[in-house]
Amino acid sequence: MRLTLGPMLYNWSADQWSDFYARIADEAPVERVVLGEVVCSKRLPFYQNRIPDAVERLQRGGKEVVLASLGLVTLRRERKMLAELAESGLPVEVNDLTMLRYLEPGTQFTVGPLVNVYNEGTLGFLANRGATTVCLPPELGLDSVTTLAAAGARLGTGIEVWAFGRLPLAMSARCYHARLAGLAKDSCQFVCDADPDGLAVETLDGQPFLAVNGVQTVSESWANMAGDLDQLSDAGVGALRLSPHTGDMVEVARLFRAAADQRIGPDEAIAGLAALAPERRFSNGFLFGRSGAEWTH
Amino acid sequence: MTGPVLELVCPAGTPAALRAAVNAGAHTVYCGFADETNARNFPGLNFSRDELAAGVAYAHRAGSKVLVAINTFPRAGAEELWHRAVADAHAAGADAVIVADLGLLAHAAERHPGLRRHLSVQAAAANPDAINFYAETFGVKRVVLPRVLSVEEITAINRDIDVETEVFVFGGLCVMAEGRCSLSSYATGLSPNMNGVCSPASHVVYTEEQGELVSRLGDFTIHKVAKDAPAPYPTLCKGCFSAGGQTGHVFEDPISLDAAELIPRLAKAGVVALKIEGRQRSRAYVAAVVKSFRRATDAIAAGRPVPASELAYLTEGQTSTLGAYRKTWR
Amino acid sequence: MNHSAPIPLFPPLGARLLAPLPAGPLSLVLGRVARGMAERHPGLFTRLGPHAEKRFLIDPTDLPFSFLVWPKPSGPRIEARSRVTAADWDCRIAGPLAALLGMVHGAYDGDALFFSRDIVMEGDTEAALALRNAIDDAEIDLFAEAAVSLGAVGRLAGQRLLPLVRTASRITGVALTRPEDLA
Repeated sequence: MRLTLGPMLYNWSADQWSDFYARIADEAPVERVVLGEVVCSKRLPFYQNRIPDAVERLQRGGKEVVLASLGLVTLRRERKMLAELAESGLPVEVNDLTMLRYLEPGTQFTVGPLVNVYNEGTLGFLANRGATTVCLPPELGLDSVTTLAAAGARLGTGIEVWAFGRLPLAMSARCYHARLAGLAKDSCQFVCDADPDGLAVETLDGQPFLAVNGVQTVSESWANMAGDLDQLSDAGVGALRLSPHTGDMVEVARLFRAAADQRIGPDEAIAGLAALAPERRFSNGFLFGRSGAEWTH
Repeated sequence: MTGPVLELVCPAGTPAALRAAVNAGAHTVYCGFADETNARNFPGLNFSRDELAAGVAYAHRAGSKVLVAINTFPRAGAEELWHRAVADAHAAGADAVIVADLGLLAHAAERHPGLRRHLSVQAAAANPDAINFYAETFGVKRVVLPRVLSVEEITAINRDIDVETEVFVFGGLCVMAEGRCSLSSYATGLSPNMNGVCSPASHVVYTEEQGELVSRLGDFTIHKVAKDAPAPYPTLCKGCFSAGGQTGHVFEDPISLDAAELIPRLAKAGVVALKIEGRQRSRAYVAAVVKSFRRATDAIAAGRPVPASELAYLTEGQTSTLGAYRKTWR
Repeated sequence: MNHSAPIPLFPPLGARLLAPLPAGPLSLVLGRVARGMAERHPGLFTRLGPHAEKRFLIDPTDLPFSFLVWPKPSGPRIEARSRVTAADWDCRIAGPLAALLGMVHGAYDGDALFFSRDIVMEGDTEAALALRNAIDDAEIDLFAEAAVSLGAVGRLAGQRLLPLVRTASRITGVALTRPEDLA
């Protein structure tokens, strides 16, 4: 199984961003890296000029680079961003169907986990338009994953699933980080940069539940499929998506690589990941038709 | 001087509610089949095939149209269920189907070219490019705009598209991009996309604890209210939580939309149809809301001011908001 | 119906007068009404689906008794229970009689009554929702159901009483029968 490093969903400083990708380029055993802004177009200007260097370094490190597009497009300047991405010369990951309007017919592209690919009909439509890989919506259960992987094999389109990191659950036009700070999205002062993994949201009983990342809501728990790779492999999944967080993502990738190659077993992989950040809660419920927050191991 | 005639699109959760809506002056009603093909798949709600045919006949006799919502995302390996729903809606004489899924739109366009296709709010088409993509690719004739746009944005969108736009003016608010939200399945395993339910009743528990009414969804406490405060339904995004040292409604207050006062501006923005949310509500709600909004649209058509809304008692939180139509909502 | 006025309560004196009534005979009458309703509204059971097998405690808090409703398609039952008798129920819907009647008769919206705390719901939320939706679609008129269930005499009495009941509804603000015009 291949490993994909998903796009950075959080607001990191340009230096942190560059350093992160330098290390990934040199050390991480991943085949593909998706790079760029998915969550908030206001963040992009801060690191946009670092992208070409990161791309080059990653390619020299033997990684396939794909540029990520925005997850929710409403503004005129955001539509222009999509046009620029289409002209970049690199393959693009579609996260909002608006992007399809800017891709020349016949251009190949990948599809990210924010696009609703729930059935063979939709997969077929996107494959015919040029989709080479589709990362499925994280809420899909194993039955759907299996059916879609089989359909993908017939279409020549690879199927990827979310395997590590806080789960993207919803996006809004309203910025929840700004709202907490008593601000609006237009005058947000980029307060989301204080939370490099998102800001945890708890219930009134003090139970961790969700996390806020600007306009995006993610799970408080870290999805972790390291204990379920055999089933994913049997289902026909071709690639796993690891979503970047603080901590040693290179080691995360190494553990998934070792587990996917069956050099270590599922329990060892889970233990290794837990040791990296013992305070983090894991979950894998979606795959088994349970609530996403559940952890079956 | 007279104004535009806006089409009032009204919810019909049951045949009785359909008749109530039509009798109260709905130009159009929308409904769904009693299965997972629509996003209000609640127990005891929706129409059998026969009930839909009877409802269409009733509405057409009164000069009203009927739209059938087939707006969930077909399950892999079970697309046939959704294909049959489209075919049956067509056979029953529905005036249009409301669809969100790409694959289902492609199927409907190919197999039922004569059946009008509306784009559901679940497709989250929030800009002219996305709308034109659906219009050109699938022959969609109308789009229900996501509830995340301001009036200014709606005006701009209408300038750059050829299809009709329909906007929500009353009822429950969805604050996330619709059709793209997994909050419910994260807490319960059931989602609007896959199962047609959000914060499903099957996972809702109310208990009285220490003089407070506690509402839970699955394992998670969503809200606690004092004895005499309005009781909320534990829709996740309307819950009370703690984040960053603060406690409150982190995502949205448990209130609903009443944009009656904005109808003249929405008309100027080029909107063709006004949608009332509430297929899960009773025929009493439908009758009262439709009557009130029909008065409003008639007033606009006659060039008179819109009468004040008296619908506060029907809204959650007993108060209302203008939602995203005011830009400060963000 | 007047929605912004508070929901009328059953007069406490009246409630005290009803209290000593034996529940048995009342349950017999209710049983007949239930079976009659089942025959006239088969769609109600289809809508209830699996929830038809559950037990619903309909609890008018301003009366001295409550009603245990068991919609089983094979033989629906309604029993009157005095409040001291512990009842085994899956779902309890409680509120002033006027609120409950108003919901059944389509004069009030159930969600609105719930938001305003006029009605409380306990137990199986899904069952409550199924019942609420099924009853709303059935457009039941309890006064008419009762009259029909009590045979020819009941029907005649019903005809005679209907204008009186309608006037009483207007005066008291309680939906004693299904309103003719909802809009």
